[in-house]
Amino acid sequence: MATLLDPVQSIHSAPARPVREGWGERIAPYVYIAPFFVIFGIFGLVPLLFTFYVALFDWNPIGEHVFVGLDNFRRLFDDPRFFGAVRNTLSIWVLSTVPQLIIALLVAHLLNHVRLRFAVLFRMSMLVPYITSVAATTIVFAQLFDRDYGMLNWLLSLVGVDPVDFVQSTWGSHLLIAAMVTWRWCGYTTLLYLASLQAVPREVYEAAAVDGAGGWQQFRHISVPSLRPVIVFTVVTSTIGGLQIFTEPLLLNPSAPLTCGPIRQCQTLTLFLYEQGFGQFQFGYGSAIGVALFVMVVVIAGINYLLSTRVRRER
Amino acid sequence: MTSKTRRSRRRPAERVRWWTYLGLGLAVAASLFPLYWMFVVATTDSATAYKLPPAVLPGGNFLHLADLVFTTVPFLRSLANSLIVAVCIGVGQAVLCALAGFAFAKLRFRFRNTLFLFVVLTMTVPTQLAVIPQYLIISSLGWVDTLQALIVPGLASAFGIFWMRQHLSTALNDELLQAARIDGANTWQIFWRIAFPLVRPAAFVLGLFGFVTAWNDFLWPFIVLKSPEMYTVQIAIKALQSNRDIDLGLAMSGSFLATVPLLVIFVFVGRRMVSGIMDGAFKG
Repeated sequence: MATLLDPVQSIHSAPARPVREGWGERIAPYVYIAPFFVIFGIFGLVPLLFTFYVALFDWNPIGEHVFVGLDNFRRLFDDPRFFGAVRNTLSIWVLSTVPQLIIALLVAHLLNHVRLRFAVLFRMSMLVPYITSVAATTIVFAQLFDRDYGMLNWLLSLVGVDPVDFVQSTWGSHLLIAAMVTWRWCGYTTLLYLASLQAVPREVYEAAAVDGAGGWQQFRHISVPSLRPVIVFTVVTSTIGGLQIFTEPLLLNPSAPLTCGPIRQCQTLTLFLYEQGFGQFQFGYGSAIGVALFVMVVVIAGINYLLSTRVRRER
Repeated sequence: MTSKTRRSRRRPAERVRWWTYLGLGLAVAASLFPLYWMFVVATTDSATAYKLPPAVLPGGNFLHLADLVFTTVPFLRSLANSLIVAVCIGVGQAVLCALAGFAFAKLRFRFRNTLFLFVVLTMTVPTQLAVIPQYLIISSLGWVDTLQALIVPGLASAFGIFWMRQHLSTALNDELLQAARIDGANTWQIFWRIAFPLVRPAAFVLGLFGFVTAWNDFLWPFIVLKSPEMYTVQIAIKALQSNRDIDLGLAMSGSFLATVPLLVIFVFVGRRMVSGIMDGAFKG
């Protein structure tokens, strides 16, 4: 991370200019980095700026483009579907991030034993969900959480609990999507935490053990504080990922895919964007949703920046 | 490793407790069970998904169900499409990021640090929210319903450049580079003959992650691919699901078939993916 923040650092170590230097040699560095800038420019930066432009139009992909100023944004702020999508996105984000980080912390702590056997096997198994596609994950989880035939409801029925309709209810669908996200990312986050934990000198733990600190106290007072920077990092990445949840709600409810059910109970912002843009062909309105998403990302990134500088100051 | 000497000094009391294994065992079971269940449904019968109490053992019906998947949608074609896209993106990212990482780590040119800062900053921008203009650009290029619409945008990876730059600045020492210069090697020869072979393992891991991400991608292929012959496996799963609204079993078989190739690869190189993630993590 130090190199990331300090690109100037390595300039001193760079070799001196070669003696013979033709034109081809001089432009070589620019040619080597050009593919990224060209591709990112065309498919990343230009579309991002273009979103702000399209959002000012009533833009039909096969018809006319009429300039409407800020009308799309006015419409957006009067649209209960938009606020529903914001609520769903935030709710799913919280429900998936908090348990994920807690489980990852605990598992990473368990994995951080020098004498642990089968360590490689444990780590590899936990990464299997990460290589499983979101589409496949959603199909399996929708079945496991099914109201009538799902294994979870069957198990609940054994202990006398009435079946929960995870797919059709608001909280149920949020929990279900959060469970998928947690399942898929937990192992990945665990490995990030484990890498940070391994950087803590073993002597610190040994000294604590000598002073009589048990497993829980070591976890609470050594592991958690030393992981603070990486926790902030995973909160940020899971936020950016959380705002972009799309495939799970799309595939969860095959009878009403674009709204994730008849009452939009789990339609996320990205799915709302897709519905308006590619389902209703309102590119202008869809782009306005994109702008709103962009603002949310910037705000959250700002909050994170403030938090992480505070964390750094505390250390 | 110093851990070995430490290990011998450890007291028996510090042996790993049973509940550590219990906790990890539960975590592993939770990680693998959904895939196992997918396998059970994919090898028994579609009706397994609707049976209570649930079946717990796989059956011998795999070929019949797989056949059904292949006849309902052009699944073989989808597998080929996914393979083409994922291989192109994996290999392309590995080479292009190594090249750019090499330039940023070892070459001197104007605006180098500014340009690198720009690359790093692009990592924080979620470009997914710009899918509508992205689609407009792809359609003005005439690339709608083609595989290059997936491959070309997927080749740029800011993280990849950052990652390769880090590996190159430590792996390639400047004396070696100077010596090659004096021997008359040009920049391309230095990259291809000296720098790239040194960081090939890191480039391989990067390409692997590019491959997996491309194989599993959904939103963008869903937007730009229109005809079933162009579908990637993920979109084929969606087609299986909506083709037969209620037949979850068929979609499960498709999901299983779409996941198996990655699982096979993972058995051989999963260890390197694990260490890739752990190397990439910043440590405190």
